[in-house]
Amino acid sequence: MTHNAMIDEWYPVGLFSKLDAAGRKTALMGEPIDVARDAEGNAKVTEGNGRPLPVRVRYGHVWSSLGAPQKALFAIPEADQAGRRFVDVGVVRVRCSPLRAVENFLDIAHFPFVHTDILGAEPHTEVQNYKVEIRDDEVWATQVKFYQPQAAKSASGGITTEYMYRVPAPTCAVLYKTCPPRPSEWDVITLFVQPLAEDLCDVWPWMALFDDTTSLTDLIHFQQTIFLQDRSILENQIPRLLPLDPGMEIPTRADLTSVAYRRWLKRHDYTYGAQLVAQ
Amino acid sequence: MKLYDYILSPSCYKVRLMAALTCVKLDIRPVDFHPGAEHRGPELMALNPAGSIPILEDADLILTESSAMLVYLAARAAPEWLGSGAAEETARVQQWLSFSNRLTASLGGARLHEMLLRPGDITALQAQGIAALRELEAGLVEQGLRGMRFLASDRPTVADIACFPYVALAPDGGVSLAPYPAIRLWSRALRSLENFIEMPGIHRLHELKPDPHIEPDGA
Repeated sequence: MTHNAMIDEWYPVGLFSKLDAAGRKTALMGEPIDVARDAEGNAKVTEGNGRPLPVRVRYGHVWSSLGAPQKALFAIPEADQAGRRFVDVGVVRVRCSPLRAVENFLDIAHFPFVHTDILGAEPHTEVQNYKVEIRDDEVWATQVKFYQPQAAKSASGGITTEYMYRVPAPTCAVLYKTCPPRPSEWDVITLFVQPLAEDLCDVWPWMALFDDTTSLTDLIHFQQTIFLQDRSILENQIPRLLPLDPGMEIPTRADLTSVAYRRWLKRHDYTYGAQLVAQ
Repeated sequence: MKLYDYILSPSCYKVRLMAALTCVKLDIRPVDFHPGAEHRGPELMALNPAGSIPILEDADLILTESSAMLVYLAARAAPEWLGSGAAEETARVQQWLSFSNRLTASLGGARLHEMLLRPGDITALQAQGIAALRELEAGLVEQGLRGMRFLASDRPTVADIACFPYVALAPDGGVSLAPYPAIRLWSRALRSLENFIEMPGIHRLHELKPDPHIEPDGA
């Protein structure tokens, strides 16, 4: 692997609650790694040759890096807010570029067609104008509005949901969306992506919600339903790597977030899982 | 009737689909199969020592085999799904019900491995899955030659519902359905049934756009 700025980033490598002493053999950017719980109960991550890797435990997950992270793991202030429920949704493996998994998460236009009758429904297919900006070197999309038949497990009927999207790290995205039981707050739904290879990833969704009535299993199943509807689409996207060459595709207005994400990746040399030159 | 259910399980989906097609209302009890492994916990192990889901509970009756659940739903609500009762048709229904276990073991095993990281020999699972798909394809082609669109009859039976989910989800386990035209037509016929319901990975049929308007030839 050529050196790439992504090597110094933090990546999710497992659920902290599922760690055991025997460890879990997995991979990070093509390198075999082992994620285990040590005798003191702390998370421990080692490379195949035994080299210990940096470790953080945050947002229900164990985080590590093959390089030397210069920055702290990005902050999600809502993770410390009282009254929220934190949901470990569990891993799903997808044969796609880790960057494509994030880009799909940022897209709204596919809701009526892929998440029919849940996150969208025909004929309500229009993506209204929204704002995209780079804020503190993160990609942010705000004022995103979309009509949804069942926006959340806690929503009982169709509502126009407002979203904000945030990309704080090349393979992580945070979604803030209208919280039906508590209109002054945002529900937080994240997609943490572990790059196993340039065209293979483990996806770890995680949520921080205000919802005191829905069972934990129902919350997990709702999110797994949504993500598994995406999985078959993601595995069939061509080219497999995310194209960063602007000549490759013609975006529409609804793709503003994706355009900003791709430009941001390119500017930072975050190109693991990307295709730089159109083929 | 209470179904211990996991939304991503094709075996659970068989029962949900059969209930929808026969207009039976199920009381769904979601099970945290992944990541919680609740099906291996004491409450469910007491109901089903095999540690598998689905489990269907109806008063004193507890069923742990999905084919038995399909037969029960059909016998209760819509006996036409059991077939006509003719000897050959009855045998074919039983043949494909048993065959469906091979689909679960092969294509289902490949899917669990590729999607939820369950252990297994993926090459062997995929090879066994392809062998089963070829057998199913041949069976459907032969049925077509007999003038029948479904596995045991000219109308769908419990056998079709038992085989459909793991076949439709084969691509989740890295097994393509592109080489099987008879399977794809059969899948389309099942997905167009009245009251059909989908599950993640099995999309509904989108309504076809209106026919293109073709100008009559002026000459």
